[in-house]
Amino acid sequence: MKSAWRLTLALVIALTLAACQSAQKTEPAPETTPEPPKTDVDTSGAPDPRDYSDARNFDNPESLLSKRVIYFDFDKSTVRPEFRGIVSAHAAYAAANGSARVTLEGHADERGTREYNLGLGERRGNSVSGLMSAQGTRGSQLTVVSYGEERPTCRVSDDECWSMNRRVEIVYTAR
Amino acid sequence: MTVINNVKKLFLILIALLAFPAAEAQLQIEIISGNASALPIAIVPFEWQVVAETPENRVDEVVSGDLYRSGLFDPMDVDDMAERPVDAEGIRFGTWRLLKVDYIVVGKVRTPRDGAGYEIIYQLFDVHTQEELLSRITTVGPGDLRFGSHRVADAIYEALTGVPGAFSTRIAYITATGLGNDQRYELIVADADGYGPQSIVGSPEPLLSPAWSPDGRSLAYVSFEQGNSAIYQQDVSTGARELISSGKGINGAPSFSPDGKNMAMTLSRSGNPEIYVRDRATGRLQQITQHWSIDTEPVWSPDGRYVYFTSDRGGRPQIYRVSPNGGTPERVTLEGDYNARASVSPDGRRIAVAQGRGNEYRIAVWDIETERFTVLTPGKLDESPSFAPNGSMILYATREGSRGVLSAVSADGNVRQRLILSEGDVREPAWSPVIR
Repeated sequence: MKSAWRLTLALVIALTLAACQSAQKTEPAPETTPEPPKTDVDTSGAPDPRDYSDARNFDNPESLLSKRVIYFDFDKSTVRPEFRGIVSAHAAYAAANGSARVTLEGHADERGTREYNLGLGERRGNSVSGLMSAQGTRGSQLTVVSYGEERPTCRVSDDECWSMNRRVEIVYTAR
Repeated sequence: MTVINNVKKLFLILIALLAFPAAEAQLQIEIISGNASALPIAIVPFEWQVVAETPENRVDEVVSGDLYRSGLFDPMDVDDMAERPVDAEGIRFGTWRLLKVDYIVVGKVRTPRDGAGYEIIYQLFDVHTQEELLSRITTVGPGDLRFGSHRVADAIYEALTGVPGAFSTRIAYITATGLGNDQRYELIVADADGYGPQSIVGSPEPLLSPAWSPDGRSLAYVSFEQGNSAIYQQDVSTGARELISSGKGINGAPSFSPDGKNMAMTLSRSGNPEIYVRDRATGRLQQITQHWSIDTEPVWSPDGRYVYFTSDRGGRPQIYRVSPNGGTPERVTLEGDYNARASVSPDGRRIAVAQGRGNEYRIAVWDIETERFTVLTPGKLDESPSFAPNGSMILYATREGSRGVLSAVSADGNVRQRLILSEGDVREPAWSPVIR
């Protein structure tokens, strides 16, 4: 129940972020006629969302490549099944694009001690790194950095906020 | 009656703290829970004999504040003093017995013969036996009157409790202010009473894990200023600093050995956090743990025989110890789901930890011999315990609402006090060794 809700929340946020990114590329609508934002400006050249070697899918909300945050259970570092697809998509992209460089930033929630949480953040980063390596990404393309509990995305002491902070962010330093 | 007195005293202390020039964010200290059996003592205002100078602080006020915060003393209000003697001859013990005071301190401050700094001359008497318990001259340099006052409090504390005072020490802590891209981290050093905070280093990237060298002259800490964790060591007075470790993975949790020759730290260069000991003279590294679990937060026993550390090799984080030369670690904490970040008492017999139970984290002390925990704080997110160098109190970080504050609890759990920074998050206090 709780994890289903969390997943929904994660998806909503991912979609919102993706929507914001794609909204930047659309033409501004005329002031007098507010219309729903157009996401299909260039239909002819739209990439196949499941082509994970195509960099255009980073900004395509229908593609898993547009999702770059993996969330974890408390004191755990295993990638939950619902996030495996996202990891696989990025592994496929990096495998297909040898010049791509990825930093996996591992984070923990505020519970527990700071240095132990540095260890936990690294363990989460390593867990994603291991999955990507197993799917063809070269070790030289991957760097794991743990921030422990030092870089929270929210600062409220409750389950909802903690679940948002237990994460690995997939950051491309080169595409 | 006592409650009213305490409230009045608290109010006076707050006024005194507020009266200090507040150029920097000043730590305020308040007692959360007091001790009913505190010893009544009168610190009579010291006579100021330094010509051509007004005192930067009143010695008696600093001494009274220190003793009050220890929780063991109940210093008398100056306003309630019917007489104000400045030397032994002036004390009429009958008067002080009527005022229900057990001990009295009288003194004066004058310029030393060589003309620089201050000489604090004082005596401590038992009001009932009229016995002189202490008679001393404390000499300090120019600008060190507060430090001298803390030394006086140290001596009085030792004379009456048998334990050396820790008032003339300092504390280091991390502050974090701002949000998102405006976040700013500072490593601060202040007097043990929170006075005179000074930023040692500042960064837009996280700073954590400050640790004192045994001579109290430098601090090791972790900084993310280069994008990954790195260990630095910095001289507190000159600011000169040295990069100690910035390898791949985690560079964290520095801890000086008691003789100052080695530094224990956590490195994950092998792909997994392990404890290493670095010889400070040669730079040689020795790995002393080897396990796929998280091994971190090393601290030395005062005799240097053990390195205590946190490990989840048994499933959940617990405290273990190992020889600084490596070998088979031995589990130390045997109860609870989550025990981490040990601070060893100066006598080596107890370790304070952050103890987790569900979503609650409290400071608990494990007695190594009797193998029992005593929980000292109410939670909810208490962490980073640090023993005072005399073992009397434990500083720790806690949260109130969405911000962090520092608190201190007496080692028996009876007295708690809160050190509040006026702005932002305060975390990871580290109590300095006694500075000679």
